[in-house]
Amino acid sequence: MRRNVAGYLPVGLLAILVFILQVVLKTSGKEYFLTQITMSVYYSILIVGLCILMGYAGQISLGHAGFFAMGGYITAVLTTFNLLPYADLPVMKIMDMLGMFSRWQDLYGTDIMSVRPIYAGIFAVLFTIVAAYLIGIPVLKLKGHYLAMATLGFGIIIYRVVLGTPLFGEADGISDVPPFGIIGPLRVSGDMSERVMNYYIAWGLLLIGVLFLINLVNSRVGRALRAIHGAEDAANAMGVDTSGYKLRTFILSAVYAAVAGVFLTHYNGGIGPSEASVMKSVRYVAIVAIGGMANIWGALVMGLGLNFLSLRGYFGSYDDAVFGGILIVIMLFAPEGPLRREFFSRIMGLVRGEKEARG
Amino acid sequence: MILQVEDLNRSFGGVQAVKDVSFTVREGMIKAVIGPNGAGKTTLFNLISGTLRPDSGKVMLEDREITGLPPHRIAGMGIARTFQHIRLFPGMTVLENVMIGCHIHGKAGFLAGMLNLPWTWKEERRLMERACEVLGFLSLDDYMYNDALSLPYGQQRILEIARALAVGPRLLLLDEPAAGLNMRETVQMAEIIRKIKEQGITVLLVEHDMSLVMNISDEVLVLSYGEKIADDLPLRVQKDPEVIRVYLGEEDAQD
Repeated sequence: MRRNVAGYLPVGLLAILVFILQVVLKTSGKEYFLTQITMSVYYSILIVGLCILMGYAGQISLGHAGFFAMGGYITAVLTTFNLLPYADLPVMKIMDMLGMFSRWQDLYGTDIMSVRPIYAGIFAVLFTIVAAYLIGIPVLKLKGHYLAMATLGFGIIIYRVVLGTPLFGEADGISDVPPFGIIGPLRVSGDMSERVMNYYIAWGLLLIGVLFLINLVNSRVGRALRAIHGAEDAANAMGVDTSGYKLRTFILSAVYAAVAGVFLTHYNGGIGPSEASVMKSVRYVAIVAIGGMANIWGALVMGLGLNFLSLRGYFGSYDDAVFGGILIVIMLFAPEGPLRREFFSRIMGLVRGEKEARG
Repeated sequence: MILQVEDLNRSFGGVQAVKDVSFTVREGMIKAVIGPNGAGKTTLFNLISGTLRPDSGKVMLEDREITGLPPHRIAGMGIARTFQHIRLFPGMTVLENVMIGCHIHGKAGFLAGMLNLPWTWKEERRLMERACEVLGFLSLDDYMYNDALSLPYGQQRILEIARALAVGPRLLLLDEPAAGLNMRETVQMAEIIRKIKEQGITVLLVEHDMSLVMNISDEVLVLSYGEKIADDLPLRVQKDPEVIRVYLGEEDAQD
């Protein structure tokens, strides 16, 4: 039985587009766009994960910037914190023998021994899984705006912790985060000479992530999630472990956020507290909403486009206001997302209604 | 005894919705629960299916106690239900709705689903065949790919039953299956319930339509203000003075 082949087609087409885009930018001498595109791609990983939680399982989270920051900050601390003074501890010696540390020199020539980025990244994601699990159990018992408020509370806590803790660099954040070597020559870094490679690493990660989610949506679990979204009590009575599925979806989306946080932090070479801010969470929710809620491709397109515009500075000082505005317009006119016929017919209806009133 | 309910209690605030209710359901029978509005019938259903937890008392499915278990565990143990107010999954086809009923007969989880492992395809096919079988049994197979909520009301009621049957229950709880149906559809519903009984599935139903209840039930349990006032054969319940008093009002009973 063949399945999902049609669903894979857009992924393949997108991969071709990604290649074409890079060639076009190279030939037109606008390769500097690649940096913001790469960053948008990483943010989009968080957004497609949030799309599964919001659009399919029907649960809102206003705290996903918190998970993003958790991933980014943990990997940043582990890869920059100098462990040299503790190098003689037996545990450290064992870990060193296992190759878990890397040695390097900072700008001032100080010798530093810190956790190897790949282990730091894995630890950051594992930590986020545990955190999402512990937060998800009590919080997911709530529904609707109570859930929104509770996740908002989580987001605020992470933001204030990051802003108030010297270990996390307080308002300055953490800089000098070393590149992240994945396999062989593949490494995540903001180095100019590796910009094209990083563009493809980011896209590869996003496309794999999207592929996983497309599979999930079309599976037994995806069907159960849609049922939970539609009529939770009925799904539960039919044998769907609704609270378990909601929790696992919450954790899954937190993992997407943390992975995005880890990669973007190594790409940027640092992370600051604005990544954990509540406005970032609101932005992600707005993007999922404008993408059409239960629409991975919509979320992907909007995530790439809006983040790119924002990073290029097109929204100027009104950056956050733009996303707030988007949220209002979507909730008023197209709670199901604008990429549908109903939205346009509604707009047309408004236009027509006005004409009639005038006539 | 497939189901034993012992001294079940549940109150909401100061209102005792179900009070010391005990009864049993024998395997293979159709048992009806009747009573005036607010008698606690739906609460009783919710207590059995796990949607609500009882304050005290016991629910036994065969020899296993299921009191206070979450609904999905109870469904897995063989009790499926329908809802008084239709609770189909919007935006999903008739087939998909019934496939949710088949959910417990599959095991593909998040990882298998995300990786689209080949064995999950076979499982999906198996679940689909199972759903089709149930749809065929209730003559809904022509609408398989229609949106569930696009069906006429009467068909939606039958689809609710199809979804519950797909769970593969030994005991089926039907919460007012004939609510909102016209006379012809009610007769059809009686036929369906009989057909289900013939499959060896025990049925416990809440119903307002007396003709339907007296027609198909083997036993009738009467509740009034949360208390059991009768539990007997339909003919005897009809003649029970207490039941007549509750249903027709005190003055009429004295006439």
